[in-house]
Amino acid sequence: MGSGDERIRVLMFGWEFPPFNSGGLGVACLGLTKAIVGENAEIIFVLPKKIDIKNSPVKLHFADSHLVNYKIIDSLISPYLTEDDFLKKRGNFGDYGMDLIDAVKLYALRAREIAKEENFNIIHAHDWLSFGAGIEAKKISGKPLIVHIHSTEFDRTGGTGINNEIYLLEKQGMEYADAIIAVSNFTKDVIISKYGIPPEKIQVVHNGIENKEETQKDQNKSDFFRIIKTNGGKIVIFVGRITIQKGPDYFLKSAKKVLEFCPNTFFIVAGSGDMQNQIIRQTAQLGISDRVLFSGFLRDEELNSLYKNADLFIMPSVSEPFGLTALEAMQHGTPVIVSKQSGVSEVVNHALKVDFWDTDELTNKIVSVLKNESLSSTLKSNSLNEVKTISWKNAAQKCVEIYKKILGQFKFFLKKKDK
Amino acid sequence: MSSVCFYFQVHQPMRLRRYGIFDIGKDSNYFDEESKSNLNNKFIIEKVSKKCYLPTNQVLLDLIKKHPEFKVSFSLSGVFIEQLEKYAPETLDSFKRLVDTGNVELLSETYYHTLSFLYSKKEFKEQVLLHKDKINQVFGVTPSVFRNTELIYNNDVVKEVEEMGFKGILAEGVDRILGWRNSNFIYKPEGTEKIKLLLKNYRLSDDIAFRFSSKDWSEYPLTAEKFSNWVNDVNGNGEVINLFMDYETFGEHQWEDTGIFNFLRHLPEEVYKNKDNDFVTVSEAIDRYEPKDTLDVPHYISWADVERNLSAWLENDMQRDAAKKLYELESKVFSSGNNKIIEDWRRLQTSDHFYYMCTKWWNDGDVHKYFNPYESPYDAFITFINVLNDLKLRLINN
Repeated sequence: MGSGDERIRVLMFGWEFPPFNSGGLGVACLGLTKAIVGENAEIIFVLPKKIDIKNSPVKLHFADSHLVNYKIIDSLISPYLTEDDFLKKRGNFGDYGMDLIDAVKLYALRAREIAKEENFNIIHAHDWLSFGAGIEAKKISGKPLIVHIHSTEFDRTGGTGINNEIYLLEKQGMEYADAIIAVSNFTKDVIISKYGIPPEKIQVVHNGIENKEETQKDQNKSDFFRIIKTNGGKIVIFVGRITIQKGPDYFLKSAKKVLEFCPNTFFIVAGSGDMQNQIIRQTAQLGISDRVLFSGFLRDEELNSLYKNADLFIMPSVSEPFGLTALEAMQHGTPVIVSKQSGVSEVVNHALKVDFWDTDELTNKIVSVLKNESLSSTLKSNSLNEVKTISWKNAAQKCVEIYKKILGQFKFFLKKKDK
Repeated sequence: MSSVCFYFQVHQPMRLRRYGIFDIGKDSNYFDEESKSNLNNKFIIEKVSKKCYLPTNQVLLDLIKKHPEFKVSFSLSGVFIEQLEKYAPETLDSFKRLVDTGNVELLSETYYHTLSFLYSKKEFKEQVLLHKDKINQVFGVTPSVFRNTELIYNNDVVKEVEEMGFKGILAEGVDRILGWRNSNFIYKPEGTEKIKLLLKNYRLSDDIAFRFSSKDWSEYPLTAEKFSNWVNDVNGNGEVINLFMDYETFGEHQWEDTGIFNFLRHLPEEVYKNKDNDFVTVSEAIDRYEPKDTLDVPHYISWADVERNLSAWLENDMQRDAAKKLYELESKVFSSGNNKIIEDWRRLQTSDHFYYMCTKWWNDGDVHKYFNPYESPYDAFITFINVLNDLKLRLINN
C-alpha cells in the first residue's frame, strides 16, 4: 500500500524574496526554496505581505514554478521588525489598535486556514515571526514542524537586553518543533545555552550562495570610485543594517585608527537602520566625517558596483548567525574580514577573522590588506575558488535529509500509536 | 647486502610572537611570545623535549649499548641548538652523549634552516659556515655531508655544495627524477666530480613517519618484524635504504601510545636477524658504495607535500612577496654593522615562516594546519610583514 517514498510536500512559512527583501532572510528563503525544489520536493510557500496580489513578482524566480505554490497572507509583519517599526508601519496602513505580537497571532490564525485546505506532509517555518503560524499548522494538520533559526532575539539585540515576549515565542516554537535547523554552530550554541534546547534536536545547515559568473573589476567606474582610485585611494566597505547587531561602531573605531596608517582611505557604510543617526554623529565626533560615507541601503547594480570597487569588506558583527554579505563580497573578488562571532566564519577559510571587540586587531588586519598587494591578491584568488564550493544545493540536500528523517520517525510513531 | 641508513632532521624554528601593527617602532622583541600558545618557543622546546627528544635519545642510547654496530645520522639546525642551550640544556646534553658514542653522525646544513640558496649564494655559504662552527664548538665534530633545508635540491645546489668541500648530499627520492631507477643506490649528480647523492626511500620512510598509526592503512599495525621483512625485500635490488624523517616522528607526530617507541626499540634486532643487513651512517654509505648512475635534476625538488617541490614555501603571492622583501634587505643589513639586526634578519629567513603562509593546506590534508601555530596563513603573513617593517625602521634609525 502506502509506499515509503511518498513525495515530500513542504508547507513553508517564509519571507519576501529580493527585490522586496530588507536583508539576508529573503535571500536565504529564495536560495533555499529554489534548491529544495531542485531536489524534487514540492513547496507551498506562504508569506505575509501588504500588497495587491495581482502584481506579485514571486513566480519570476522559478523555472519549475509548478513545484512552488504561493499563498499570501495579508499582514504587516516583515523580518527585522521592531515594535517601534511596526507601530510606524501600522500608522501608515491605518490598522490601529494592534501591536506586533497581535499581528503575529493574527498571521498564525490565517495560516491555520491555509493549513486546513492544503495538502502537505511537513511544515518548515523561518524565524520567530512565523513560528506561531507553524505551530497552528501543526495543530490543525498533525504534520511535523521544523523551525529554521536564521537569527535569535539575542543576535538582534546585541546584548542590550531582549524582549521577553519575543524570546518566549521563539522558545515556544523551538520546543513545539520536531526538529530545529540552525544556520551555524554559533547559532546552535545560542539555542542550547539560551533556550535550553537539547543539542540532539538541532541540526546545523549552513547557508549557501547562488553561483555567479566571475565578473571583472568594474570597468565603468562611477566618477566617484574613479577619482578615489586614480588618486591611489582605498575603499573599505560595511554592508548591512546599521544596528547594534552588526557592529557599525567597531567599524568606525577601526576606521579612525586605520586613517593614521593609511590616510588616503574611504570607508563606505551601505545600509540603514535604527543606529544610523548615532553612527553619523559618532563619525563627526571622531573627526572623520570626510572619510566615512553613508550610501543608504543598496541593492542590485549599485551594490555590485560597491563590492567590485571595494578593496576590502568588513563584517564586524557582534552576533551574526550567518552573514551572507561576506560570501557576496567574496564572489566579487573582494577580500573580507569577518568577526569570529559569525556563522560564516565557520564555513570560510580564506577570510581574515577577528573578535568584534578587538579594534586594534581589526585595524592591524585592515592596514595589512591595504598596504600589501600580495595579501590582497592571495585572499582574492583563494576566496573566489572557495566561495564556488558553497552552494544552496548542499543546504537543500541537508534539509531534505532532515525532512526524510523526521517523516520516518513520525510514521514509526504513528504506527506504534495505532497498535 | 642491505644497509639501513637512518637520518633524522631535528629542527625547531623561532616562531614570531603575536606582533601587530601597533608594535612597529616600539618593540623589537620578535620571538618571545609570553602566552602559553604554540607561538611560545620555550614552551614548545620543553614540550617536545619531554615527548620526543629525551625519550627517543634514550631509546637510541640503549640500542647502541645493546647493538654496538647500530648507527644513525642527525642534522640539528643552529636555531634548534640555540634554543636547547637557552631552554633545555639537559636535552642538549643528551644529544651530546649520543654523538659521543661515535655511532652518530652529524650533518651540515644552513644555520637558520633557510631558503637562502634560492636568494643569495653568499648568505647560503655564510650560514653553512656558521653551522659548521656551531657543531664543532658544541659537539667537537666536523660534518662532511650536507643536507639542504627540507631536502631542497637540484644540480646547482649540489655543484655549490661540492665546491664547498662536502663528499655527500641528501635528497628526496622523487619518482619523476628517478624514472626506472630506484632510491636504494648511491648516485652521481650531473655535472659533479666526486660528491655522492643519497636518496630518501619515501615509501619506507613515510610508512614510519606518516602511516605508522593510520588505522585506514592496509598494513596497520606496523611491527618491527613486518618492516624488517620489507627491508629484506630490497636485498638484490639495492644497497642502502635511506630512511629520512623528522626526528619529531617519535613521540610528537606519532604519540607514545601508538607504540612508536616499541617499534624503534625492536627494529634493529629484527633487521639484524638477516645477516646480510646492517645499519650505516650517511658517511659510511657514501664510503662503502659506488654510484649506480648519474642523476640529472634540473628543477628543484624537496621532501615537502605531494608535489615535492618548492610550493610549500613559495607558491602564493604572500610567500614570494615576503621572501623577496626579506632578501632585498641583505646589503643594508650587513652595512648596518649591527649584529643584533643581522641576527634577527637571519632568524626571519627560517623556512618555517614561509611554510606557515602556505594556503594549499585545505586540499593537501591537514599537515600544514597541524604544524601552523598561527590562526591562518594570512595571520602568519601579517605578523611576518609587521616584524619586517620594524626591522626596516631599525635599519633607518641605526
